[in-house]
Amino acid sequence: MGFQTPVAELPLVDDRSAQGIFRVARRAFVESDVLDIERREIFGKCWLYLGHESEIAEPGDFLTRGVAGRSLIFARSKDDEVRAFFNTCPHRGAMVCRERQGNAAMFRCFYHSWAFDLDGKLIMRPGNESYAENANANGEHNLVPVPRLEAYRGLYFLNLDHNAVDLATYLGNTKEFIDLVMDQCADGMEVVGGTQEYGFKANWKLLAENSMDGYHGQPTHATYFDYVMSTNGGLGDTVVKISKPHDLGGGHAVVEYGAPWGRPIAKSVPAWGKEGEDETAALRASLTQRFGEERAKRIAYTNRNMVIFPNFVINDIMAITLRTFEPVGPGQMRVNAWALAPKGEAPKSRQRRLYNYLEFLGPGGFATPDDCEALALCQEGYANAGEAGWNDISKGLNQDRPSIEDEVQMRAFWREWSLRVEGEGR
Amino acid sequence: MSAHVLPRKLSVSRSDIEDFLFGEAALLDDWKLTEWVALFEQGASYYVPTAGAPDDADPATSLFYIADDYHRLTERVKRLLKRTAHVEFPHSRCRHMVSNVRITGGDDSAFSVTSNFATYRSKRGRTELYFGHHLYVLTLASGAIRIRQKTSFLDSDDIAEQGKVSIII
Repeated sequence: MGFQTPVAELPLVDDRSAQGIFRVARRAFVESDVLDIERREIFGKCWLYLGHESEIAEPGDFLTRGVAGRSLIFARSKDDEVRAFFNTCPHRGAMVCRERQGNAAMFRCFYHSWAFDLDGKLIMRPGNESYAENANANGEHNLVPVPRLEAYRGLYFLNLDHNAVDLATYLGNTKEFIDLVMDQCADGMEVVGGTQEYGFKANWKLLAENSMDGYHGQPTHATYFDYVMSTNGGLGDTVVKISKPHDLGGGHAVVEYGAPWGRPIAKSVPAWGKEGEDETAALRASLTQRFGEERAKRIAYTNRNMVIFPNFVINDIMAITLRTFEPVGPGQMRVNAWALAPKGEAPKSRQRRLYNYLEFLGPGGFATPDDCEALALCQEGYANAGEAGWNDISKGLNQDRPSIEDEVQMRAFWREWSLRVEGEGR
Repeated sequence: MSAHVLPRKLSVSRSDIEDFLFGEAALLDDWKLTEWVALFEQGASYYVPTAGAPDDADPATSLFYIADDYHRLTERVKRLLKRTAHVEFPHSRCRHMVSNVRITGGDDSAFSVTSNFATYRSKRGRTELYFGHHLYVLTLASGAIRIRQKTSFLDSDDIAEQGKVSIII
């Protein structure tokens, strides 16, 4: 078996770790057959991030959002229950809620004026007397709830598979790292107003890789580091010297590392001045009081880029971003990104956090647009997949102490992907 | 909407302002970003809120795409002129259309202007359209118009098609 073997005769994930080989067929990024299997075996069966509890903080709050190609309503009922429904009328199917967010006592489909409370129950059906008495006996005329909806520390996930394992089991080892983020404020965390909804002209899996790729940082984001140098008079202290990738199992992975940028919780940089230094010192002291020195230091100084399989990213870096991405087609994805911040954060700190977020992250940042370009160029390169057929993901294979510039974390993703898409027999 | 009343204390006309805005657009079309940033006064700011944001969106409390103070604006320009700003190397071709210019208030020390925009960006066979309105706070210093604040509001629901805001729109 070698590079001359036709691509189609090999599994898409060619994992021969003992021989130092780990490759992924570029067909996996371009073929619509592969996407069909992903939609069924991955997006149809995995827990998918929907939203944060703070986005629907009050009874009656709702928002509409797309997940796994479905149109959904995420709402908090008047009894304070968090719900998620398919945004389609049980009568003829019209989208019931057309607003992006708001507060409502009911949802009314304008087509025939059927109306539903925020628990999804039918509350009005014009011409009611013309329906059989038992026409909604089994809830057929209520909004259809998502099969499964569960939360961990304020993060709501849905699952389209009734038989899926519970969320806590699915999240497994990622919970340790979610906790390091959610513990940053005793009063809890909240999503800041304003969603970045953008897209990449690339296969969705490329962003899963990119989100925790330490290897591309220097070459792809050279201008970002130029900016940090110019702004702070140098690259600055990373404080912690670690560089650790973790395969968390289940396709989840995280990289932990020190970095020169400022962290609103709780690592200042010269550009923040004395005010920033005092403020972060106070935040660190509070963390130490709550968690002891070691954990406080880990929360404050260590950066984390985590991918929760298949498509949810929590990056706790120069700010905290929550990000989902999903395929629109083999070569196109949609991305939603939010800023997560401590509840009740001081206005100056919040301002600094958002300023920091935008220096790197998002479609107008100093870094993400270059990722956008890199991923688009990969996708364009896959036009040659018939002849130049393989991606190499072998960096750091069989190293005793791999760094975040190795590719342990991507291999974790791909092994799970292969298991779900290609099955255990391959 | 109230009837439009031209501010009395303003010593430049709308056509003076249009000349200025069309000149700004020409600099952006030509990638003359060093000259473009020189149109801003020291301490100026440049904002692009997330698509669909209201006119009173505040970068201190809401996530934007771009919220640059003067320092970061000058750094943005430096970045975009480097080969290592990969997304804009080679430079995309852009055309900035500006129209519907209105003076909405103020005096020579600071006056507000709005305009509509449609900016096209083309690269590797793909063309993206950014459209919306700009809000400017302009000022007159020694007879020259300078930008104190520029905010570009996008009217699209999102930027899934455009993907990024890698140019000055």
